[in-house]
Order: sequence, then structure tokens, then C-alpha cells
Amino acid sequence: MTAQRTTGGGGWRPFLTLSRAMALGLLRDRTAVFFLLVFPLMFLVLFGALFKDPGTTQSTVVQVGDVEVLDEMPQETRAALRDVLTVEKTDGSEAALDQALEKVRKGEVDAAVLQRGNEVELRFSAADQVRGGTVRSIVDSLVQQANQAATGQPPAYTLTPQQVEDDSVQPIQYLTPGLLGWAVAMGAVFGAAFNLVSWRKKRILRRLWLAPIDATSVIGARVGITLVFALVQTGVFLAVGSLPYYGLHLTGDWWLVVPLVLAGTLAFLSIGLLVGAWAKSEEAANGLAQLIVLPMAFLSGAFFPLDGAPRWVATLSDFLPLKHLSAAMQGVLTQGESWAAALPVIGGLLGFGAVVTLLAWRVFRWD
Amino acid sequence: MTTQAAITVEGLRKRYGDVRAVDGVSFEVARGEFYGILGPNGAGKTTTLEMVEGLRRPDEGSALLLGQPSWPRAKRLLSRIGVQLQASAFFEKLTAREQIHTFAELYGVPRAQADAMLERVGLTDKADVRQDDLSGGQEQRLSIACALVHDPELVFLDEPTTGLDPQARRNLWDLLRGIQAEGRTVVLTTHYMDEAETLCDRVAVMDHGRILRVGPPRELISELGVASLEDVFLQLTGREYRE
Repeated sequence: MTAQRTTGGGGWRPFLTLSRAMALGLLRDRTAVFFLLVFPLMFLVLFGALFKDPGTTQSTVVQVGDVEVLDEMPQETRAALRDVLTVEKTDGSEAALDQALEKVRKGEVDAAVLQRGNEVELRFSAADQVRGGTVRSIVDSLVQQANQAATGQPPAYTLTPQQVEDDSVQPIQYLTPGLLGWAVAMGAVFGAAFNLVSWRKKRILRRLWLAPIDATSVIGARVGITLVFALVQTGVFLAVGSLPYYGLHLTGDWWLVVPLVLAGTLAFLSIGLLVGAWAKSEEAANGLAQLIVLPMAFLSGAFFPLDGAPRWVATLSDFLPLKHLSAAMQGVLTQGESWAAALPVIGGLLGFGAVVTLLAWRVFRWD
Repeated sequence: MTTQAAITVEGLRKRYGDVRAVDGVSFEVARGEFYGILGPNGAGKTTTLEMVEGLRRPDEGSALLLGQPSWPRAKRLLSRIGVQLQASAFFEKLTAREQIHTFAELYGVPRAQADAMLERVGLTDKADVRQDDLSGGQEQRLSIACALVHDPELVFLDEPTTGLDPQARRNLWDLLRGIQAEGRTVVLTTHYMDEAETLCDRVAVMDHGRILRVGPPRELISELGVASLEDVFLQLTGREYRE
């Protein structure tokens, strides 16, 4: 027989071929695309809108009649207060005062302010102590400022306020890294687990073993596809978070999120491999993956911050790779952190991945 | 080179715990021969075939394919053999054409050759249909086409006609005869004795991890004085139910 001899596609060919086959398989699986990309994105879109800053810092007071400290405020003070204090001015009649006090009682405004002689009176409701206190301290500082100006002396001390990490209080700033971490974890764990189980059941693994290609091409293609998919998730999440509506502000070395996501994906892939190596059916793989990913996401603060959580939860979460990934991503994305925050986490995630992969290797069966 | 046997198997043994799945199997398949391996479920056919193909490491014994050992895995040898596992060994969500193109690229074969193979098994008009939307017969033909895409000298077919209607089986037989007529060696496992009788030059009947009898179907029939290969099979392996 004069068959033409081939030694198989050498080099990168098998890797690229398998990558394309896997990518097509993934993209055509609408359920998978929905659950791994659209579903977490829905959480970002919803939570981002729900937890959006409702503007609680803005206080409203009714000014009854003339109040010198408010009327004669310097321009720059007035401009500085505009974000925190709205003043509604009314005439100084008794009727206006009654009306203003009624508004305070109903909680429509935070306080009423009036001047009798040299005394500035502030009436506020005790219902909302935080708001009442805020209004009180604002008006108090205005009075002190006016007193100081009345002495004709330059102030002995001045305060130079500066904002620190103001952005971190915005929900979008922890929702984006938290939910992104969850999405990446789902993509890697479910992708790897399902792939392994279904390829074993369908005997594709055996078929590939009997083709003249290296095992590294098969593993490399699976890892490569998962990494690319995680980067797509990252791009989409950052794009959505950065929409003016959500207002995610990226800080300096935000691109460090790329090596972080890649290292995190490898760590989660190893979990998926372990699940896929152990589980006998797709259903078992699904249940087990869900059992790992969902609690891990909650305990890692993917959906809400863990600042108020009990001590044991915090201790437990320290063992979860997702927690460290989310925290590091939040650091580089929104808190201006850099290599110092990212490198130890990248190292830890890779180490975790190596250990779990070894474990998966021991558990793995061909059929 | 041409006088060398396509397959030489000597003293294969495989044990799982206390179970001797394969217990000293030896046989030889000549070049260009159509060889059938028959046996009830649990007879050790699958394990034997897996060791011969190089999927499993034998505890003892050796299998030479085209003069080269099949274990450890050698890529040069793999590009000369074609394996059709049971029908489902396909990539997910790919069309018939994409499946065979993927296999063609893995073997370093031009796509035109893959398209020609698709034409040969009569699937050109189904080329853009997803594999899971194909009928059972079409799936089997695609599976065989994928096993043959790199023009192998030696082909293993694992129950290629299971679950097919009589029309599809007859058409597949024609295809398989054509494959042999081109000079390839074909090894077939099947539960259909009529299939083995019409297609195979020689059959090996296995049970309990051993080969009980080897020979051309007609000779086995006359040797045992029965009417058909099915009778031969039942006489050799008994009538009790298997797992």
C-alpha cells in the first residue's frame, strides 16, 4: 500500500486545532455561556444598581428668617457646603416657623434654623440621630467660623482635610472584583469539571490518546481556552463597571488584575480538575462544583463585604483562594495598590493550583 | 516488510484485583486480513483490544502492531493505525465537517482529504449538521470516516453496527468491505454473528479472558457440525446469561 505517511500535526497545530474545537463547543453551548458569563454579569448589573450610593450625605435645613452665619457665608464656604447641605430659605414669620418645624417632625427636612438676637437656634428631629448629628456639626462649625472671624485675628489652627480611599466605600468598587472573582471561579471550576467528566464518558480522551499528539496539547488547549474566557469575563466586567451609571474608577496599576485573574483561573481549574476526576457523572460534577463555588463565593465576600462577619468566618475565608483573589483585585483595581499586593497572591494561587492538581492527578481515572 | 504480520499478540494478561480479565491471549493477524473478535459480554474482548491498541498497559505479554510495540505509546505508530471507538467519541457541538476536519488536523492531513472521506461515507449533504443531530447510522459512518481520515494501514472497529437498522447495516458492510479491498487490515468486534460470518476472513471466539477457537467462519461451522456461526458461538460459550 502506498499510503502517504504522516507523523501527525507537529508543534502548535494540535494545540490550535483542539483549542478551536473546544472554543466552538463552548460558544455554541448557550446554557454554559449564560451561566458562566451572563448570569454573574446580571448580578453586577443588579447589585450595582441596588447598592448605588443613594446620596445620604446630603442634608436639608429650612432657614426661617435671617440667619447671619448662613447669609454672610463666604463664597468658598458656600461652594464647599453645596454637596452636603441644602438650605431652603423662608421668611421669619411665626407661620413659617410652625411650617418648618412640622417639616422637621415629618422628616421631610433634617432641621430648621433661626436666629434670635445673637443666638442661633437649631431644631432637629431625634428620629435620625446620624442626620441630626451631621446637621448639628455643620451648623456648629459655621457658628464657630463666624465667631472666629468676628475676632479679626487669623485663626490659630487650620484644618486641611484630605480624602483617603473615598472610592472604596462605593459598592461598585467591591462588587466588581468580588463578582468577577466569582464568575472566574465558576467558569474555571465548572468548565474543567464538566469537560473532564463528559470527555471521559464520551471516550474523547481515549480517542485523543490514540491520535499522534502530545497530552500537553490537550491539557494546554483546555487551560488556554479557560484563561482566554476568564480574560473575556474580566474585560466585560470592567467595561460594565466603568459605565458612567456605575462609576467604577480604576486606579494606577489596575492592569495587574490580568496576572491575578490568570493565576486565579489556574487555581480554580485545579479545583475543577479534582471535581471532574472524582465525579462519575455530569450531575455529580455539577452538584459538587456548586457545593464548592457558592459557599466559597459567600465566604470570600464576593456578594457583600465581610467586615462585620464573625471571627471564625474571617479565619475560614483565609483558606479560600477566591477571598485572596478578590481582595487583591480590589486593591489593584480601586485602591491604588500595586505589585506588593498582587505578587504574594499570585504566588499563593499558583501554589494552591499546583497542590490541588497533584491531588487531582492521583484521583483521576480514564473510565 | 510485507511478509510481517499486521498484529502479533503474545501472552497478554491483565488482572483487576482477583479477576483475570485477560488470561494469556495470543493471536496473529496477517496484513490485509479482516479479523473478528467475538465473545459474550465480560469475555475480555474490550480489555484485550485496549491492550492491543495501546490504551492499557498489559500486566504480561506484548502486542506488536505493524512490527512495533503498542505500549509504550508511540506517535509514529499511532499515525499508521485508525481506531473507531464506540459511536460517541466526538467533540461537543461540532458539525460533521468540523469533526472530521479536527481529526484531520490532529493527524496532519489536508482538509481536502477529510472532505473526500466525508463524500466516501455519503455524508457530504450532512456536512453542516451537528453530530448530535445525525441519525445512528450517520453517526457510525462519521465515526468510521474520522478513523480513516489519515489513511491508516490498520483499522480497529468497535461494534460499528450496534443500534443500526438493517438498511444502514448493509450499507456499512459495503463500506467496510471497500476498506479491506484497499489493502487495509481490519479488526472488528461485534455481537452480530451474521456480520462476522459475511465480513471476516477469520474470527477468534473469546470467553473468560481466553481465546477458545480461531479460524475462518466456514471452517469453524463445519468443524463443529452446526448450521451457522451463531451456533458455533453458543456451543463454545454456553447459553447462560452474561452480565
